Amino acid sequence: MGADALSLSYRNRELAYLVVVGVITAVGFASVYISRKSHVSAASLTYALFFFALYLVAHVVARYTVPNADPYLLPIAGLLTAVGLTEIYRLGPSNALKQGLWVVIGVAVFAAALLAFRRDYRVLENYKYLFGLGAIALLFMPLLPGIGQTVNGARLWIHLGGLQFQPGELGKIALIVFLAAYLREKREVLAGGRIKDWGPLLVIWGGAMLVLFATDDLGSALLYYGIFLAILYAATARIAFVAAFIGLFVVGSVAVYQGTPHVRERVVNWIDPWTTHKVFCPLTGTMTLRQDCTSYQEVQSLYSIAHGGFGGTGLGAGVFTSTQGKPLIPYLSTDFIYSALAQELGLIGAAALLLIYMVFVLRGFRVALGADDGFSKLLAAGLTFGFALQTFVIVGGILRVIPLTGITLPFVSYGGSSVVANFLVVAGLMLVSNRANTVGNR
Amino acid sequence: MNRQLIRLALVAVGLLIALVVATTYWQSWAAGGLAARQDNAVELVSQFQVSRGLIIASNGKTVLAANRAVKRNGQTFFFRRYPQGGLAAQTIGYSTSAYSQTGLEQSLNAFLTGANTNLSNAIERTLNRLGGATVYGNNVVLTINAKAQALAQQLLGNRCGAIVAMNPRTGAVEVMASSPTYNQNLILQPNGYGKVLKIGGACGGGGSALLNRTTDGLFTPGSTFKMVTAAAALDSGAFTPTSQFNDPGYCVEYGKHVSNAGNPDQNGPETYGNVTLAQGFQHSINSVFCNVGKQIGGLTILKYARKFGFYSTPPLDTPANQRVPSGLYHDVKGRPVLWYPKSENEIDAGRLAFGQFNMVATPLQMLLVASTIANGGVLPRPYLVDRVVGHNGSIVSRTKPSNLGRAIKPQTAADLTQMMISVVQAGTGTAAQIPGIQVAGKTGTAETGINRVYTAWFVCFAPADNPKVAVAVVLEKQPNGFGGSVSAPLAKQIIQALLHG
Repeated sequence: MGADALSLSYRNRELAYLVVVGVITAVGFASVYISRKSHVSAASLTYALFFFALYLVAHVVARYTVPNADPYLLPIAGLLTAVGLTEIYRLGPSNALKQGLWVVIGVAVFAAALLAFRRDYRVLENYKYLFGLGAIALLFMPLLPGIGQTVNGARLWIHLGGLQFQPGELGKIALIVFLAAYLREKREVLAGGRIKDWGPLLVIWGGAMLVLFATDDLGSALLYYGIFLAILYAATARIAFVAAFIGLFVVGSVAVYQGTPHVRERVVNWIDPWTTHKVFCPLTGTMTLRQDCTSYQEVQSLYSIAHGGFGGTGLGAGVFTSTQGKPLIPYLSTDFIYSALAQELGLIGAAALLLIYMVFVLRGFRVALGADDGFSKLLAAGLTFGFALQTFVIVGGILRVIPLTGITLPFVSYGGSSVVANFLVVAGLMLVSNRANTVGNR
Repeated sequence: MNRQLIRLALVAVGLLIALVVATTYWQSWAAGGLAARQDNAVELVSQFQVSRGLIIASNGKTVLAANRAVKRNGQTFFFRRYPQGGLAAQTIGYSTSAYSQTGLEQSLNAFLTGANTNLSNAIERTLNRLGGATVYGNNVVLTINAKAQALAQQLLGNRCGAIVAMNPRTGAVEVMASSPTYNQNLILQPNGYGKVLKIGGACGGGGSALLNRTTDGLFTPGSTFKMVTAAAALDSGAFTPTSQFNDPGYCVEYGKHVSNAGNPDQNGPETYGNVTLAQGFQHSINSVFCNVGKQIGGLTILKYARKFGFYSTPPLDTPANQRVPSGLYHDVKGRPVLWYPKSENEIDAGRLAFGQFNMVATPLQMLLVASTIANGGVLPRPYLVDRVVGHNGSIVSRTKPSNLGRAIKPQTAADLTQMMISVVQAGTGTAAQIPGIQVAGKTGTAETGINRVYTAWFVCFAPADNPKVAVAVVLEKQPNGFGGSVSAPLAKQIIQALLHG
């Protein structure tokens, strides 16, 4: 098979999948429109058209820059953003406009990344320390007075000229690049146990963790730790390292549990969300049942999921507000979008959504396996594992598999920084994939 | 490196599979339990998206609970309204988003929201939901007779008390009135709940109007309990209606005199001399029953009380926490607790025999005693729901009258019926006489602890030879008010309304 035949086939497949995604998007919007016709104008269907056109642009850029890249990644990103956008639209049309804008920015960043690194993304390796320090700087930004902002108990936003941004999302990518580059270079000596090479790793990574705990952003801390362990294991093949770091994590967790009321509350809510007797409620300063106080959000979100049952209520027909029109679950379109989707799409839809994530993750690891240099492998694996772990941390938190920590569901949650960062993940994977699949490079 | 990558991929996929499993758990296994939780705001709201079934009186026309559709944020909610404005308020209850549910609105919720599971119902509901169409609940037709119910509430007026009536052959409850009462529409208004709580404070405690006195109010039965004692005396074979007694105006209890009730026409207690058991019943002579009680023993009386349904929560369609069992209660740490004595010497059998001691009963329980006698000795199973009708008019379910077993022999029931007829013909209950209809009844005037203030009872059924209706009336805190003088006339009017209505 010649290179031309191969490239034609990959990109044409991508185009075909995108058409399918476009149809699904149109159906989704139509469904919301029909069930809430008094609330939504027919013009909402133009969303779907515009959305499709946007992904066509991304496709054309990919056709030009990464012709041999995996054809599944972009359509899956499209499908997930469509699902998210549809649900955000259903929960509040004004947010959908902003989210749509962020998707445009995300696609632009995606295209820019492909164009910039179409020849060789491996130059990134040369700037690994810059990425490491950049990661910490990005994480540190919300702590700066003036631009930092506290939302939902965690200080992880910055405010610049009317634009809210969560720099930690980009910091995650920077950290993965740093870890992939540094561990590629030092994997042999690290595996051999040379102490001094741990230095930069521990400094960069430890700094990131410290900042995360300082901002009370535990979800991200868990995510970063997991990514670090995954790349470390992939690079050194030493399960002992992983075990040691998990041990450290347990010790750290206990300390944090003792020291931070915020964390203790999360753990208590996880173990015992329902009480039969009244407990002290720090939010109101009175005695109430825990499900009416600190665990209210978790518990109502579970009710929302349970209400969906097997088939769901159907898009647009879910119950998210009281009879007076007040929202039942705070942060529904950001942290808790999964419980909204699970109610409206039911078990069938929620499982399908998770399977889509699974396909993305498997494609990501396939890219990593197909790559022929260590940096590419670690980069692709890190980005993919991070994507999977982020999904697990937020959805697992909602489903009471682990304590709840507020982070975004990739591509689906309302939140600009998350969308942009995840488009960079897709761009990274497609660059690695293109290089591995291009015959001339072998 | 590929081996590690494959392992990482397996871990990542494993994490996602765990999410699928957890989602399955919450949406199937745990879903039922979560839906039933009181603090589930999602279920509470979603119930208001269902066009809740109507609650209709026995005539099939008078709507007691209807809906008001309100469009908000592009969604249609159905809120309750009560067109009859408080008719049988405590029995029907209310359904609001803020104060949850009570009464039949609570206990029949599954029917009213159409959530009662049968397959075609569930499929239709799912299709409707997916199609965005309104889901309709089932309508419920009660056994409540709207006219007699309205009359009962009007008769009670602003007195504290209760009237309950049923068909003694079937157990169909036709009147269930409790006073003070309230208008459920008030609950739906801002601050309405607080206003309802303040109604009828004179009858004791806050929220008095919310209490369903017919099933949740415990009153000293006084002489109406003589029906139970007489049933025990006759059914056990210890006495016959013609058994002879001498009434000196008192009975000796633990070496002390316990006097009969005072006679309004003379100072001091009434004294009858030589009488039969039937005459003792007719004139409600305490000393006669005191001696009967001492002879047959308190445990025998309680055994028969139990056969009449005392000591168990009477079955009914209302929520179980709005019904209480009747029987002896005693204080345990300041709270009244149902008590069944183990030995004879714990019971003051003489006083128990005429319905004092620690005996308390709900109006429904005393009605069941009279109904059992009317029904030839078989205890009918009371019910309020005649049928459940689908939105399309099809019958979802229909109540088949049944009974709770035989309490006394047919002969005992016949003897008691004769004794109760004589009460109305020429005894303490003459105020319940209806021309052309033979009424059988028993009065009760229980002491309240306050001098000359009584709990006035009248329990009866009619026509005596072919009973179609049984009524129990209780009026609380009646100054100089005797069962025969204040309660019997009310029972008479209810009988007339139910027989002619």
